[in-house]
Amino acid sequence: MSMSQEKNRPLLEVRDLGIAFATATGEVQAVTDSNFTVMPGETVAIVGESGSGKSTSALAAIGLLPSNGRVNSGQIIFDGEDITHASEKRKVKLRGSQIGMVPQDPMSNLNPVWKVGFQVRETLKANGLPSKDEDVARVLSQAGLPDADKRAKQYPHEFSGGMRQRALISIGLSCQPRLLIADEPTSALDVTVQRTILDHLQTMTDKLGTAVLLITHDLGLAAERAQKVVVMYKGRVVEAGPALQLLRNPRHPYTQKLVDSAPSLASRRIEVARARGEEVDDLLAEHPQTAMQSALKQNFVQVQDLTKVYKLRGSWGRSEDFTAVDQVSFSIPRGTTTAVVGESGSGKSTVAKMMLGLEPITSGSIVFDGQDVARLRGKEMFAFRRRVQPIFQDPYGSLDPMYNIYRTIEEPLRVHGVGSAKEREQKVRELMDQVSLPQSMLARYPNELSGGQRQRVAIARALALNPELVVCDEAVSALDVLVQAQILNLLAELQHDLGLTYLFITHDLAVVRQIADNVCVMQKGKLVETGSTDSVFENPRTEYTQQLLAAIPGAGLITAG
Amino acid sequence: MPENNIENNDAAGRGLDPEARGREAAVREVRDTADTPAGSHQKDIGGPSAGLMMEHFVADATTTPVAETDSRSAEGAPVSLWRDAWRQLRKKPTFIIAALLILLVIVVALLPQLFWTENPSAASTQCLLENSNGKASAGHPMGFTAQGCDVYSRVIAGTRASLMVGLLTTIGVVVIGGLIGALAGYFGGWIDGVLARLGDVFFALPLILGALVVMQLPFFKAHRGVWTLVVVLVLFGWPQIARIMRGAVVEVRNADYVVSARSLGVSSLGILMRHIIPNAMAPVIVIATISLGTFIVAESTLSYLGIGLPPSMMSWGNDISDAKDAFRSNPMPVFWPGLALSLTVLSFIMLGDALRDALDPKARKK
Repeated sequence: MSMSQEKNRPLLEVRDLGIAFATATGEVQAVTDSNFTVMPGETVAIVGESGSGKSTSALAAIGLLPSNGRVNSGQIIFDGEDITHASEKRKVKLRGSQIGMVPQDPMSNLNPVWKVGFQVRETLKANGLPSKDEDVARVLSQAGLPDADKRAKQYPHEFSGGMRQRALISIGLSCQPRLLIADEPTSALDVTVQRTILDHLQTMTDKLGTAVLLITHDLGLAAERAQKVVVMYKGRVVEAGPALQLLRNPRHPYTQKLVDSAPSLASRRIEVARARGEEVDDLLAEHPQTAMQSALKQNFVQVQDLTKVYKLRGSWGRSEDFTAVDQVSFSIPRGTTTAVVGESGSGKSTVAKMMLGLEPITSGSIVFDGQDVARLRGKEMFAFRRRVQPIFQDPYGSLDPMYNIYRTIEEPLRVHGVGSAKEREQKVRELMDQVSLPQSMLARYPNELSGGQRQRVAIARALALNPELVVCDEAVSALDVLVQAQILNLLAELQHDLGLTYLFITHDLAVVRQIADNVCVMQKGKLVETGSTDSVFENPRTEYTQQLLAAIPGAGLITAG
Repeated sequence: MPENNIENNDAAGRGLDPEARGREAAVREVRDTADTPAGSHQKDIGGPSAGLMMEHFVADATTTPVAETDSRSAEGAPVSLWRDAWRQLRKKPTFIIAALLILLVIVVALLPQLFWTENPSAASTQCLLENSNGKASAGHPMGFTAQGCDVYSRVIAGTRASLMVGLLTTIGVVVIGGLIGALAGYFGGWIDGVLARLGDVFFALPLILGALVVMQLPFFKAHRGVWTLVVVLVLFGWPQIARIMRGAVVEVRNADYVVSARSLGVSSLGILMRHIIPNAMAPVIVIATISLGTFIVAESTLSYLGIGLPPSMMSWGNDISDAKDAFRSNPMPVFWPGLALSLTVLSFIMLGDALRDALDPKARKK
């Protein structure tokens, strides 16, 4: 074999791969006829929604399918060797030294009872590499962990999420594998951390010449980080090709939908169009400016010096104060969407809870339509609850699994004693129409619905009492990209039709760009910047906001086109 | 609106013609080399391998149709947790056997006259000493006791008392233990502390020892019977259920649907009764089913020790106790009530196991 042939040989080649899972209801084909290749040193991204088979395909390559899964057709060829049905011994040999893995959730993938250094050493030992303290420290510091020798002696719970992911990357790369499989490596992390981690991962793999198979749900991120993108849908590869070509000229209907809907890309498109002075038609948020609304321009909700202090249990029974929300002031005009953006721990969810009257306010005030929320008691509070309703992040957790859909949506009406049984049924049916769910679904239970459908039910329940303010706490974060776009659309439509006011709590600036009129950026409990969405995005005044904006994946991808 | 077409506001539904896409599908084209990425994060794609291998693959759109976003077929009957559990259970042999046996035991307890050859407690029935320790004969399939009574009829007649004690104790334990556990778990803080310590006190007392002491108290001594025995067993049995209920409630307490209910203005008690307890019941029901068997055993043990049901009442425990003296010469009067006891207890435990498998979502995932 000549030298050039050797170089042109793919490192990983997946041919007509089929994977089936044995389940209680029979065999389920998770992956069908999938093909993709990874060349040495290349970064390939597999993009798809949950259940598309993207992780399953990658796990099969490393021989880590769950016990009820099996490859039932096709081949997996690693560096010329067919490892589809390789012996366990051979697979163990390949793992670590040839194929490394960075798992998705840094919180659960480090063993909490062992020191981080020990866990790195384990990997080094297993692959027959030197595993002295200094080797461990070197590996950790290569992953960008400061004070590595000290850090190695700490336990995972002493690490932040970003540091844990660095530790996992260092474990994955410690034996200098030729292929690194990164399964949603940064999905659980804040955007700014995500960016530094991915940057670092890229530098490291470039230096080592490691090929990366990146699995992600974010097309913008995939296109930014990989040369080649493979789009999977319902267990099949529907499109594969050079990242930019695929992004600018998607051919398969699914890819086209995906490109249209990805929030990071959509928000970029808005930026680009604005820069060119064009009106954007795929702007999701409607900004109704009716006469009525301008007349009502008075501030609907006024938040003044809002502060929340939690007492943490310190040592020896002393309590320490922790200020979760620190002197936050902003106002929400009626009929608009105000987004509160921040990373985890910024206090944004605490603001939402206080707005809903679920957490007592330490100091400061929330004035809702002229009423001080903190002073509401008994009947007044009950009446207030009717006017302010929440929609939560997790559509799997926010619906009582024992209630069918009808009972779920009827509950607010029953609790507030609205109408007779007949009238309530009428109202529930209207609400189902409003959120575009079929009437036939009323008798079903939440576990039978998809994520988006559940979120629609949650929206219908929130709207049952004709509230004026809806607090959306990460309402679309747990949904697949296309579903997310649909739900955002639905929320915008409902706002237009019903004149709702939204307080939108999110970590995702890309979503903010699509839906919000005003933005409040929070960092560590403090409000760092506030203003209209356009002004904040076009002219961010604080460094933190600039960082957040720069961290939206896909920068330069659309502009270049 | 068609039934299965759930979404109507498709974000990207503009002008996709699947057929047109299908015609140009499966096009493989070599990458346009002029289209070099310009992004700041892009790796430099040079090298001999890159250009050659990168082709644009598009799957045939007709074989990979794009379904409606977020649609899910809505066929078949609605499935609640219980209906789903029932679907699984009815296919399980252990469940079927256990359920049939329990059904039989219940019928025997309710209508013993259908089964016995003679009513052992009726005045007309006399135990004849000439039959003492007699072997099985026609009409007396299980032989006779030392007193010359028909074992079969006594086993049938003893079912009611044993089952009553088991059922009533279980109901009492679930209600009292469940309530205490739910309150402790839901309110937490000092209420939890007090109730948990109280439970620990009773948990630490061995059931038999505790029952021995309590049953010696004058009041209990004077009123021995099913109800006093149930009271004693509940007194020492509730902490187990309370602990399980507490754990289940703590798990459910912070669920988003509970927060949703709170922000609807549902009262604390309303949330506890309507949302939290129904969702926390599954593990309690499982444990209660299993412990129903152990309460029947406890009744027999206490009766055997002479402090359970009064000797005048017919129960399996009393029968075993009576027959123990003649055990070496005639073990059958011990064997038959013992077998009835074991089968009943076993079937309740089997039922509990099957229920656990069906109700535990983690076990179901396998």
